[in-house]
Amino acid sequence: MISALSLFDLVLIILLLWLAWHLLSARDLFRATVLFITYGLLMSLAWVRLKAPDVALAEAAIGAGITGALVLVALGRFGEAESDEAEPGSLWLRGLVASAALGLFALLGWAVWSLPTEMAGLKAQVFERMGESGVENPVTGVLLNFRAWDTLLEMAVLFLAVLGAWSLGEAEEPSMPAPGESLLALVRLLIPLIVLVSGYLLWLGETAPGGAFQGGAVLASGFVLLLLAGVRPIPSLMGWPLRAALGSGFALFLVVAVAVTGGSRMLLEYPPGWEKGLILLIEGVLTLAIAVTLGVLFAGGRPPASPGAGKRGEKR
Amino acid sequence: MAGETVILEVFIFVLMILGALFMLVAALGILRMPDVFTRMSCNAKSVTIGLGFLLFAFMLHFRELGVGSRALATIAFIALTIPVASHRIGRSAYLSGVSLWEGTIRDELGEALKGTREGPHKEDAGDEKR
Repeated sequence: MISALSLFDLVLIILLLWLAWHLLSARDLFRATVLFITYGLLMSLAWVRLKAPDVALAEAAIGAGITGALVLVALGRFGEAESDEAEPGSLWLRGLVASAALGLFALLGWAVWSLPTEMAGLKAQVFERMGESGVENPVTGVLLNFRAWDTLLEMAVLFLAVLGAWSLGEAEEPSMPAPGESLLALVRLLIPLIVLVSGYLLWLGETAPGGAFQGGAVLASGFVLLLLAGVRPIPSLMGWPLRAALGSGFALFLVVAVAVTGGSRMLLEYPPGWEKGLILLIEGVLTLAIAVTLGVLFAGGRPPASPGAGKRGEKR
Repeated sequence: MAGETVILEVFIFVLMILGALFMLVAALGILRMPDVFTRMSCNAKSVTIGLGFLLFAFMLHFRELGVGSRALATIAFIALTIPVASHRIGRSAYLSGVSLWEGTIRDELGEALKGTREGPHKEDAGDEKR
């Protein structure tokens, strides 16, 4: 007897494989992009089925939502240049690539297959010491206390990504039809709700799935919506305030990491009793920094040097 | 008490079937409709209503404040975003020159835009000229 849920899982797996194949073999980049977003959404369903709601939230918000928007805007800017069909390569070469890929697949499959089906991992240790973490959600405890070092480095990576994008050029005005009244009305309604939901997700991260990355991604979707609606940023905020917001996440995290060090404590070892406050402070700043980072990446480059003369400086 | 529970169960059941039917209509519409605009039209409406029914059934099934308020919020978000998003996609498609189905009998947006300086393929088409 196949239960309804395992039937659902089977359909989900088949759909994911089918989507992955079509997205990789799609000649049309727009088609591939749409399939990629669909893939992200189904992937987040798969994470829910694997009982990893934290990852599911992050996948839906970042993997499907923000990354999808980033890929779409990149396609809008560079799509035409890439449309000429690539040479398929010789049969020999394709055979070589296919056998290498199959070999890797077999190796990975063997590795997964040889893992024990039931493995405690570090779960017991994490649950045993949750009391020391200052939060109730084990995932937040791991991300911001036990393995805060990883999250700190993730923030460094995000910061470097913005530096990379900014070093390539200035943000261009995306060419799209005028926003129209319906979109502006929606923006007016949604932006306050987005801020609310983002704050809610941040606060929820203490006890349930949620946290800085999810909240930040939701807030970033607000920035994306504003940019799409043709609302231009306030020029006076595009100078140092923007830069400060971008760097704030990594900087504050680093400052906390170093400040708590001392005596017998190591880097990022919060003093007892301070854990919750410090985690909340870090997460709050991270949310804003992540949102601004993703929003800036969507804009696609640094703001024009002189805000008054720049394309983004004036309001349409 | 038991009678009420049965009635509620039946109500939830009916809501879920209705929701699933509307979703099916949306999927059929995507497959069967001849052009972007008709596809958009039937898809947006059925998905909004179908998801609304499903989430409402979900709310009644759990009967918890936390679940119910989230479901209601989701219904509100869906009712806000899907119509606007599909309107935007339809309008952008029209203005960027996607052709209508050959069987189309009336093109109101085209008529509305004809007298003005705007037209298809113009970016800054006037908003909602009535």
